[in-house]
Amino acid sequence: MNAPVVFEGIGASPKRKEDLRFLSGRGNYTDDINRPNQTYAVMLRSPHAHAAIRGINTAAAAAMPGVVAIYTGGDMVVGSLPCGWLIHNKDGSPMNEPGHPPLAQGKVRHVGDIVAVVIAETRPQARDAAEAIAVDYEVLPAATSMAAALAAGAPLLHEGAPGNVCYDWHIGDLAVNQAAFAQAKHVVEFELVNNRLIPNAMEPRAAIGDYDRTTDQHTLYTTSQNPHVIRLLMGAFVLQIPEHKLRVVAPDVGGGFGSKIFHYAEEAIVTWAAARINRPIKWTADRTESFMSDAHGRDHVTKAKLAMDEQGKFLGLHVSTTANMGAYLSTFATSVPTYLSATLLAGVYTTPTIYAEVKAVFTNTVPVDAYRGAGRPEATFLLERLVDIAAKQTGIDKLELRRRNFIPADAFPYQTPVALQYDSGDYQSTLAQALKTADWDGFEARRKAAAAQGKLRGIGISTYIEACGIAPSAVAGALGARAGLYEVGAIRVHPTGSVSVLTGTHSHGQGHETTLAQLVTDRFGIPLSQVDIVHGDTDRVPFGMGTYGSRSLAVGGSAMVKAMDKIVLKARRIAAHLMEASVDDVEFDRGTFRVAGTDKTKAWGEIALTAYVPHNYPIEEIEPGLDETAFYDPKNFTYPGGCHICEVEIDPDTGHTTVINFTAVDDVGRVINPMIVEGQVQGGIAQGIGQALLETCSYDADGQLLSGSFMDYTMPRADDVGTLSVATHETLCTHNPLGVKGCGEVGAIGSPPAVINAVVDALRDYGVTHVEMPATPAKLWHIINSGRRAAAE
Amino acid sequence: MYDFEYHKPTSVADAVKILSADSDARPISGGQTLLPALKHRLNKPTSVVDLSGIAELKGIKRDGDKIVIGAMTRHADVANSAEVKAAIPALAQLAGSIGDNQVRNRGTIGGSVSNNDPAADYPSAVLALNATIVTSKRRIAADDFFQGMFTTALDAGELLVAVEFPVPEKAGYAKMKNPASRYVMAGAFVAKTGGQVRVAINGAAACVFRQAEMEKALAASWSPAAVAGVVQPADDMNSDIHGSAEYRAHLVTVMAKRAVAAAG
Ligand SMILES: Cc1cc2nc3c(=O)[nH]c(=O)nc-3n(C[C@H](O)[C@H](O)[C@H](O)COP(=O)(O)OP(=O)(O)OC[C@H]3O[C@@H](n4cnc5c(N)ncnc54)[C@H](O)[C@@H]3O)c2cc1C
Repeated sequence: MNAPVVFEGIGASPKRKEDLRFLSGRGNYTDDINRPNQTYAVMLRSPHAHAAIRGINTAAAAAMPGVVAIYTGGDMVVGSLPCGWLIHNKDGSPMNEPGHPPLAQGKVRHVGDIVAVVIAETRPQARDAAEAIAVDYEVLPAATSMAAALAAGAPLLHEGAPGNVCYDWHIGDLAVNQAAFAQAKHVVEFELVNNRLIPNAMEPRAAIGDYDRTTDQHTLYTTSQNPHVIRLLMGAFVLQIPEHKLRVVAPDVGGGFGSKIFHYAEEAIVTWAAARINRPIKWTADRTESFMSDAHGRDHVTKAKLAMDEQGKFLGLHVSTTANMGAYLSTFATSVPTYLSATLLAGVYTTPTIYAEVKAVFTNTVPVDAYRGAGRPEATFLLERLVDIAAKQTGIDKLELRRRNFIPADAFPYQTPVALQYDSGDYQSTLAQALKTADWDGFEARRKAAAAQGKLRGIGISTYIEACGIAPSAVAGALGARAGLYEVGAIRVHPTGSVSVLTGTHSHGQGHETTLAQLVTDRFGIPLSQVDIVHGDTDRVPFGMGTYGSRSLAVGGSAMVKAMDKIVLKARRIAAHLMEASVDDVEFDRGTFRVAGTDKTKAWGEIALTAYVPHNYPIEEIEPGLDETAFYDPKNFTYPGGCHICEVEIDPDTGHTTVINFTAVDDVGRVINPMIVEGQVQGGIAQGIGQALLETCSYDADGQLLSGSFMDYTMPRADDVGTLSVATHETLCTHNPLGVKGCGEVGAIGSPPAVINAVVDALRDYGVTHVEMPATPAKLWHIINSGRRAAAE
Repeated sequence: MYDFEYHKPTSVADAVKILSADSDARPISGGQTLLPALKHRLNKPTSVVDLSGIAELKGIKRDGDKIVIGAMTRHADVANSAEVKAAIPALAQLAGSIGDNQVRNRGTIGGSVSNNDPAADYPSAVLALNATIVTSKRRIAADDFFQGMFTTALDAGELLVAVEFPVPEKAGYAKMKNPASRYVMAGAFVAKTGGQVRVAINGAAACVFRQAEMEKALAASWSPAAVAGVVQPADDMNSDIHGSAEYRAHLVTVMAKRAVAAAG
């Protein structure tokens, strides 16, 4: 008897195909790869935040044992690391776009900026030699904070960026917006900071440059979320290597969270130097380097104003943000506070007019770029704090205020005043479901019980939306994107019927090797074990755009569907020939081709074999083979959304916050693998709780990184996160073939305001309107203590 | 890591011989502090003397009204020791709260006490329990041992061999962890031994110290309420991105209260 067939298609939660290798230590990460005759690179990094380089003496270092080569900015004169998104100023002029040389050219602009590369036979030898390089720095005053960089007489980072301003951009009609405020009954005004974060993927970045002189072929192995994008940026803009001579491989990658989207200097350095020394070069960051060289995230300061009528209906929103770019423009830095954030300011509400302006600022800090959620957490945090504050100020219940302003479920498609058109959603339902799961109504009793124990309980809510499935190319292009944002999927059916899928997306923890395979299993009716997902190698996969912005399933999965459509059509034609029927009469359902209304069938494997062994085959009409490629350009963004509720308890003696429980009801569209979705949302929430309660990057005024290791940078641990309840409520995306919306970022986007709203609620007796993130024990104790003192006086 | 010579002696005498001959040699016990420093090239010893082969440094025994713990005894062994749990449960609890499993399975009491990290746990127990530090050449009272940040009374080439803890009538420990490192941000170890009350505060200042006013208050009345009113001056408290001196001073009182409550 056959074993029962376990359903592994859409909606099933098979175990992740990749986990055996990950959990048994047999993953193949960049640092696991060793090339014959390989050398090791160590980057000599600036200890100063801002300094002119008067001279570099490498003579002693070059003479040290094992040293193969040392290069400085004078040796490596190549193109600038490019910025992928052009933003225009209010007056229509383009942003200031100063160059970003891989090796510093006469000046360093942040602690960690690369001054020289030392290549040696071993890593310790390279390190020894790096310590022997004498750099003559003329230390310059640094501007570490945005306020310092914008102050009169501030030190200038780049000649090409007067006042340290990258751009001063806006969206929306200011006159219409002002008119709304003129009519308002209530106006709520408020300023907040979105704290700077350090991504900290588990695997530090690494890169291996390899060069074959006989073929003039360059290969870069790198920890990247998007190898084709790296090939394009590095090949075309930095090193002038044509695509056919440059292969980029991103093997197993241990987490990215956005920080591995970008093209980094080290990738260009090892690729360039490998060709010079004609030997492979490996560079692997240690954790200290990660802290000072991986692009950081967030770092916005925002002033916001919300206009309401008598009943609390939102009339208009006005937002002014300054956004920290760091010392140089990282690949997608410029798009984060603008098109990935300001366009989300409608949230789930019917606000008729929104005006947002963003000033982007250079500072002597590590470049800042997209980090899980990228711009959307900033918008969501602002909105959901603002709504809570508005509720308090107007005396309208915070749930009621949200409900009054929700976009109704029957109003889709809904055009916001900030460019986006939402396709679907049902905010009342996700709210209702979350309130029930979190037992919102029972909260006051729990608060009293906690108070009897001397603890401060609070509950907080966030009803949010985000835009992902990035992105319709024409729309993105019109907004300044310098790339297309479609995706590719190739379905290669092998002669015996198993399938390899080539996808341009990249999995670095998300479980694509399982989820994407489930799409094939569901469609072709073959077991999951018969499907492999191939990704991360520009020589194996057609040109694709990679993984970020929760796009892999919505865009990459849709490309696969299109390719599978082509496969099924061709297979039906072959089946029709074999069964001597008309194509129109041949139906295909999960593995079986059938002449409609008869018991004449052909199995999947027979058709695959026939395609490759075309003995009895309509060779005049159909080519042999069963291998199809499709490119899919999304019609719109996708709009996951939902409701997050957090309940916290604060110990007033220490200021420590415990997350008692966290409830998420997310609409991520159709769920392919519920287990993976749950894991993705949990991970996102952990990072959101991290941002809200624990994590922050701090620099001192001289630009030294104070939170430069795990001794001082607080990563969330399991016991910080509390009990998570994650559920989904589906409304389908209307414009992609799978109905999927994306789940990678919702956790990190929706959660921070829920946590801070809960903290503020817990402190309601202390006259607190807002607590800046992270709400650390020390910060909360000071608030509580000054409240107590005020009460005592 | 820079190159160094590696030694693995089997007796304290041999270890001392190597260490005395070379002032740049360093003992290594669990390596939980020294190894990260070596990896970051913050330390450049000429040789490293591994104490793990010295049998006489290991183990826990009850000796009359004392618990004697050998320098090479790992935190996990102290935490799980039946003798320690029976005689000084607060000490077992303290050991079980250090770092994580990996750290507790490698780190040793000798390494921790010799290192005298201001944010370490053990020094508070040593001081509050009025322990005696037994070294390769003498016995040192706890009050004389901890001399400042990362500084102790140990001479160059002198090895910590064991710590002798008098068994107290009551003892309790409470700490607030640094949110990032989870080392001690402010901790209090309170003990009553032979009628004497001692209160040691760790984490909050540059070095573990005795809180005299709290000792007086507890001697008068052993209760959480007795220390609740004692205000720790903020002057010498640490201040950093995790908390101000004022916050730490406040925590000292809170932790002392909790330690007394835990002691019962
Ligand atoms: C992730 C992490 C978290 C930690 N968290 C905590 C915590 O919460 N609380 C806490 O208290 N500690 C913590 N520690 C430190 C840990 O407890 C160490 O075990 C301890 O500080 C040193 O002990 P060791 O045996 O590892 O010593 P080693 O690292 O081997 O040595 C430390 C120092 O002591 C010297 N030394 C060692 N043995 C002797 C001896 N017998 N005589 C003289 N000198 C000697 C060495 O030369 C070195 O200078 C943590 C460590 C890590 C890595």
